[in-house]
Parts: sequence; C-alpha cells; structure tokens
Amino acid sequence: MNGIRLTLRVLHHGERHLAEELLTVADRHSTEHEVHHVAKDLAGWSREHVERLAVTGRAYGLELDESPAQPSPGLLTLMRQKAAQAVGHRPEPGLLLLRDLRDLHLDAAENSLSWEMLAQVAQASKDTRLLELASSCHPQTLRQMRWTNTMIKNISPQLLTSL
Amino acid sequence: MEDSVDRIAEPWGGRTPYSRHGAWPTRVDTHLAEGVTEDEVQRWVQSASILHSDGDAMDIAVKDGRMVGVRGRAVDRVNRGRLGPKDLFAWQANASPDRLTRPLIRQDGRLVETDWPTAMDRVVARSRELLEERGPGSIGFYTTGQLFLEEYYTLAVLARAGIGTNHLDGNTRLCTSTAAEALKESFGCDGQPGSYDDIDHADVIALFGHNLAETQPVQWMRVLDRLEGADPPRLVCVDPRPTRVARRATVHLAPRPGTNVALLNALLHETIRHDRVDHEYIEAHTVGFEELAARVKDCTAEWAAAICDVPARLIVEAAEVLGGADRLLSTVLQGVYQSHQATAAAVQINNLHLIRGMLGRPGAGVLQMNGQPTAQNTRECGANGDLPGFRNWENDEHVADLARVWNVEPATIPHYAPPTHAMQMFRYAEQGSIRMLWISGTNPAVSLPELSRIRSILSGERLFVVVQDLFLTETAQLADVVLPAATWGEKTGTFTNADRTVHLSDKAVEPPGEARPDLDIFLDYAARMDFRDKDGGPLIPWRDPESAFDAWKRCSAGRPCDYTGLSYGLLRGGSGVQWPCTEDDPSGTPRLYTDGISWAHPDRCEAYGKDLVTGASSGVVEYRSLNPDGKAMLKAAEFMPLHEAPSEEYPFQLTTGRTVYHFHTRTKTGRTPQLNAAAPDVWVEISEADAAARDLAEGDLVEVGSPRGSLRGRLRVTGLRRGTLFVPFHYGYWDTPAGFGPNASVPGRAANETTVTDWDAASKQPLFKTAAATLTLVEKGSGRHSPAPTTTASEPGRDSGVPATEGGPDARVRQTTDDGSSQEGGRQ
Repeated sequence: MNGIRLTLRVLHHGERHLAEELLTVADRHSTEHEVHHVAKDLAGWSREHVERLAVTGRAYGLELDESPAQPSPGLLTLMRQKAAQAVGHRPEPGLLLLRDLRDLHLDAAENSLSWEMLAQVAQASKDTRLLELASSCHPQTLRQMRWTNTMIKNISPQLLTSL
Repeated sequence: MEDSVDRIAEPWGGRTPYSRHGAWPTRVDTHLAEGVTEDEVQRWVQSASILHSDGDAMDIAVKDGRMVGVRGRAVDRVNRGRLGPKDLFAWQANASPDRLTRPLIRQDGRLVETDWPTAMDRVVARSRELLEERGPGSIGFYTTGQLFLEEYYTLAVLARAGIGTNHLDGNTRLCTSTAAEALKESFGCDGQPGSYDDIDHADVIALFGHNLAETQPVQWMRVLDRLEGADPPRLVCVDPRPTRVARRATVHLAPRPGTNVALLNALLHETIRHDRVDHEYIEAHTVGFEELAARVKDCTAEWAAAICDVPARLIVEAAEVLGGADRLLSTVLQGVYQSHQATAAAVQINNLHLIRGMLGRPGAGVLQMNGQPTAQNTRECGANGDLPGFRNWENDEHVADLARVWNVEPATIPHYAPPTHAMQMFRYAEQGSIRMLWISGTNPAVSLPELSRIRSILSGERLFVVVQDLFLTETAQLADVVLPAATWGEKTGTFTNADRTVHLSDKAVEPPGEARPDLDIFLDYAARMDFRDKDGGPLIPWRDPESAFDAWKRCSAGRPCDYTGLSYGLLRGGSGVQWPCTEDDPSGTPRLYTDGISWAHPDRCEAYGKDLVTGASSGVVEYRSLNPDGKAMLKAAEFMPLHEAPSEEYPFQLTTGRTVYHFHTRTKTGRTPQLNAAAPDVWVEISEADAAARDLAEGDLVEVGSPRGSLRGRLRVTGLRRGTLFVPFHYGYWDTPAGFGPNASVPGRAANETTVTDWDAASKQPLFKTAAATLTLVEKGSGRHSPAPTTTASEPGRDSGVPATEGGPDARVRQTTDDGSSQEGGRQ
C-alpha cells in the first residue's frame, strides 16, 4: 500500500506540474500559434489526470488536491503574453521555445515512467481500479511526449540555422 | 432544344432529369459577348474552368485575337456541356483594363514600372545574397491552387532541388490540405477514392459541410437532375446555413460550428450499435475497428445533441438514412476542413465508409473535395508541403528515388522535417528567419486569417516580397517586385480536378502587354540562378509546357498519380482522363480501391500518419506495427472543446465562406460585371431569432468584431442557426479607395480581419469558421437592403421586400439539350 500511495502522490504532483507548465508555455509563446493552442489542449489532459488521481487517491487514504495547478495570476499571464508579442518579431525567442519544449518533454517522460510504475504495482497487487486508471491516462501522457518531440523535430532546423 | 436562361437569376439553369444508373443527359451552355454570334467565332479553343475544383470542360470562343465567350464541352464526363455562373462570365476579367502589363519594382517606397531583366535581376540578386548569407532556409515560396501542373512541378524542382529550401506551400493549404491529410490518415496515401459519376448511382448522398450548390454548381445540377428523375437519392446535409442543399435534404443537421467530431462520433456510434456494418469488408481491408468501436461506445445521439445543439432524434434519423444506404456517396468540404478538429472529423467520414464497405463501387464513394481548381496538382507535384508523386519524406528510399529522377544527391532535397506549411512560413517571416517570400497567384493579404498581422508581416522592412499575379492585388501593393503573369486562356497547360480528371487547357489569346506565363517566369529564374544537377547539367532542362509535362510524367511513373499514359495529343480534342493513367490503360481509372487498399503498405505509403488531436508524427515503427499489411486505417478521435468559444464579451460564433458568385479574393469575379452586380459587397447573415431579440432587420449596417479586428456590412436575416453569424470571405480592398487594407475612411470589409490565427494540428489548415464575435448596430437600414443575393443560402425570409437577384439581358445563356421534352426552366 505504501508503494501505491507513493506512486500516486508522485504522479499527482507530476501531472499538476505538467498542466501548469503547459499553460505557462502556451502564454509565453502566444505568438507561436500552434504551440499556444495545442499546449492548452494538452494541459486539459493533465488536469483531468490530476482530478482522477485525487479521486482514486482517496480510496488509498490520500488527500490530494482535485483542483488543477494554481492558475497563473492574471497579471502575470498578461505580462507573459505582452512580452511574447513584444519579442515576437525576433528570432532569439526560438531558442527559449526549444528549451521550453524540451522541458515539457522531460516532464511528460517523468510522468510516463510513473504511470508505468503504477501499472506494474497495480498488476502485482491485482488492483483492477488502478490498472484501469493507468491504462486510460498513460496513452495521453505518451501523446504529450510525442507532440513535444514532433514540434522540436519540425522547428529546430529553421530556428537553429537562422541564429 | 434551345432555351435562354438568366444564369444569375437561375444559377443552375434548366433541368434534364435522369434516373438512377442512367446517363446524365447533355446540356450545352453557351455564352457569347453581346453582339457576337456563333458564326462569327473564328476558333474554339479547348480548356476547362479554373474557378472551382470541378474542372468543367469548356471551349473558349476567339474572334480577332480576343476572347468573346465560352461553351461547355458536351463530350466531357465531368460536366456534359454545363457551365456554372463563374465559368460562363468570369473569362471577361482577362481583358480588364487594369491588368498588369509590365513588371514593377519598389523605389523610394513606391512601385514603379520597369522591364523584365531589371525586375528579374533584382529577384536573383536578393536570392543569391540570402543563399550566401543565411542559407536556403531564408527563402520561401507561397503559391496557389490556380496555376497549371507544369508550373507547380517546375516550381517544386527549383525550390526543393535548386534553392534547397523546405519552405514551399500552396494556398491550397487553406482549402484542401485536410482532404489530403484525411486521405493519408485513412488510406496511407493521397488521391480521391471516388468519382463524380458516383452521383449517378448513389441512393444516399451525404454532404458534410459542403455547400455543393454554390461551390461546385455543375455537380449540384447533376444532383438536381437526379432529384427530378426516377429513383432519386436521399440527401443528408450537415451545415449551419439554410443552403440550397439543406432545403432539398431528407435530413438537415445544423450543428454548432466546431462540433463535427462529436456529431460524427454519434453517427458512428449509431451505425455500430445497430450493426449496420460490413464485417467482411472490415476484416479484409481495415485495421483499428475495435479501437474505433470503443471510442464511440459512449457517444450516443443524446450526448452529441448536447454538444452540437441539434435534436437527438435528427441525429438518429440521419444515422438511419446513412446506415440504410446501399450505395452511399459522401462529400466533404470547408464546413469540415476549415473548422475545429478538421482532420479528425474528415477521417470519421472515411471511417463511416470503411465500416459500411462503401468504397470502390459505382455510387459508393467518398469525395474529400478540393476548394481550388488545381489543388490536386499542388499536392501531386509537391508544391504544397509534400514531395512530388506522393513520395514519403520520411522514407529514405522514396527520397533517393526522387533524387534519381532529378539527378541530384538525396541530401540536396530537404527531408529532415516535413515541408513547411504556409502558416508556419508566415510565422518564420514574422520572426525574421525567412527573408524572401515569392508569392505566385494568390493574395494572402485578403485570404489568410488575422489580416492586420499578415499586412504587418508583408510590409515589414526585413522581408523581400515578390508577387506574381494578374492584377495589383492587395498583396501586390505590399510587394518589392511585382511580376505580371499570363493566366488561363493565355497559356497552355494541364490541370487535375477533385476527382482526378486531367484536362488540357490550350492558349487561346495573347497575354496583355509584357505579361508572361508563370512557367516562363519560373524557367527564366531557374536559368538566371543557373541551377545544376549533380553532373553539372541544367537542373531544369525543359523549355515549354509540353516538355515540362513529359518531365512530370517521368516523375509520376509508378506512383499512385501515374500520368505515363497521358499526353497532350491524347487530351487534345478528347475529354478529361482520370489518373492513374498508364500506357496499358489509357482510358484512366474511375475509382481507386476497387480491389482493396493499395497504397497503405509501410514501404509504399505517402505518410506514416499523425495524432489527429496533437498532430504529432507516428513514425515508421509505429506505423509498421499498426498496419503491417497496408490496410485502410480506422482512426478514432475524441471530441475536444473549441479553442475560441463564445463568451459574454463575444457572444456569437462567426463562420465564413464562399458563395456562388465569387471566387478566391475576387480578383477575377469582382471584375466580371454580371458576377460583381449579383454580390457587389460584403454582408452579414444572422438568424431570425437573433435579429428579433436585438431588434435588427434586413439592411441594418452592423459591425462584426473579434479580438483581432472588425468589419462592417449590411445585415441579411435568414434561417441560419441561432447564435451564429455568417460573412462571405474574400471581399478585400482593391476596389475601395483604401487600396490594400482598411483606413480611416474605409472600415474593415474582409472577413479575415476577424478570424483567428489557429490551424488544425494534423493538416495545418487554418480555421476560418470558428471565431467568437460581437455584433453592434452602426446605423438602421431605413429601407436599404443588404447586397446579399436572394438566389442562394443568403435568401431572405418571406415578405422581406428584397428585390430578387437578377442578371438581366447580359446574363442570358443559351442552353441546348438533345431531348427537348426533358428541358424545363424554372427556379430551384
């Protein structure tokens, strides 16, 4: 039980963090339109994972926050967007974008490994509820990773050759 | 029998009814300039229409070196002699007095006339400078869906192997990239499975976001003729507007814009729940059925009804009609492609056909339509974000094969990432990593979303803009070099319509002044740049359209779009032929996938597929494990909430679109007297309920606003769905005193002042149909009317007092049928 609780807690933290990071990146790169819109969509998946982990966690004696990660204060969001627009006509933010996408990828990879662990402990303890949770959420985490990977692959040639 | 019809008042002309499985009767439409009789026509020159994706075959009448009219080609299977209003009248725009006749270059901030060598030297000097200083990634090409095959192919070779840039796309990105992507996702390869002839045989025709009556009027005539004949088809229409299609439909669903995936998942749910599926076909030809069934398991009609805001019983009824069809034809267009989750929705329509086994037989087909006339050619030739001949950029053997055709090293052809799509090219230009953009035959300053942004990019100091066009368009006014181009009727070439039919279009008259065919311009540039192959020979050895066509035939050999059986000789005098067409099979191929799926094998497929929601690439390993034998793929997708939903601040959903009297950015149709008079200015459509609630009426001047910008137009109250506004797109500024954009005295007029910069993650097609908007009254109409036509989806309600749209004597068209008894005039 301790191992399950530990894994749930780590995952809950990881998904909450990723949801927040996706939204932050969406704001910071509001002039990179595809990143902006898709990152928001993907944050929705992590938010949903947070909720489901919190509900499931209760059965294991965990009190996890159901609410999504603390939304960025409105002013900060606005400042990020304004900053993105102000530097939107320059090539250098491309480097920042690549760094952000790389960080998102690593965050999602961490979550993916945690889902893997949860699925394994669920199987070992014949816990169908946990197995179902992992099987329904993990594919979305893998899709988040594939997206960051694809974005990096597609835009890095242009961004890095134009510096 | 002969008959003369006002084809502005009656866009679809008279009826020639025919019965199911019968032959569509011939009706030859002829329109000649006033005072010219048929006897006076000196030559009839073979061509086809480039004002929509049908490719209506026609002959151009020539007298004393001038175009004096057109006549439909009775022998052609696409139109059997019929022409749409744009086909009939828009040829006149070729002779407009404001055609560009000399190159222009920018000097001291102004465009001034110059000669060709000066203009081309400037383009070449800038190209060389950038190649040296910043590399091939600093140069981009943005072309159109209205040039000829030979021109796209030449452009693809010079851009990919000459410059070596990854940045080449067509404005077909805005109209047809979802069609291509959906076909690749389901069948592993682009290429329309069906044929227009399927209209003759279907018992159910489903039109998804496709206002066929206005975008492909001749094929709508075909549907109307079937509706008047024995054993007529039943129509299912999905469209928020009360289109002519909707009025004739057995079931009309008017979903909330942006909810197509929810609706389609419910239709799939109903189809599977009632086991209206062809298990044998699924087993033999597809993979992924279990996942699809699981994905739509909970997508009940009630669930979708809440999201789409349509009655659940109508969804059930539609599913019954679709599920009861014995030959189902579906057509798909911008209501799906330019909307939220475009590819995901289009793929669900393929899925419907695959699980019902409705493919590869007469009447059982899918038409993932194109908006632009030669969109198919940009896709085949690799001028739209694919490699030529539907080669897979991720498959090294395909790239090596292409390198062999071009006699270059494979590394010369950029294939480290997917070819850059148009929206990303504009982003790179905004950012400053693309420094030269060569725009041919299109007008992004009107057609792209968020126009204030596009104008700012195009007019930026850093970006060198070359524009090649017929007129001083809104975009050309912002260019550094303007190259005057010849157009349809002034040059020779071939082009391919949405059902893979290749037509030849011959030169009928000389272009005005020093205007030159696009092919000549590209060849001139290639020669001046001195592009070489790996043996030091010229990279582009061809000199004229026919030798360019022969070069393309070699490139297409063995590919799905095999042209090797075609020649100018075969096409000239005859009629359109559908590819693939080989020497062994010179009559072409009416339908793909008659014997199962043939191009989805991992070694042969054009693409390994993408995640329909995120656009992430799947990669060869995943593709191979999912689809080792190369079957059709049933790809499921979940509904995702809209990116820009209506709010208190922006309560309306704004949708935009084309109408029967205008095309592209009105560069031609706005200069055609009959077409311009029928729809001279932008308007705003609103539902009766919304108008009543806000005390608004026909003719009121209103402002439509979004977070990006605003436009003004007069109001038309129609049967549009509640909460939605419709604005016809592509009214621009060239015919206003403002020039290229709104100014202090000319308010916004283009729909794209308001649309959002957002695109489908899989197809990269921009979303033009899902902006949130406000509506404010500027001034009461006081008896004035909106300029919207009364003959189309913008038809006003009863007792509106709006005078009927008519064309008068100049719009009369002669219609000749073989059998007088079947010819009936009258409105539809």
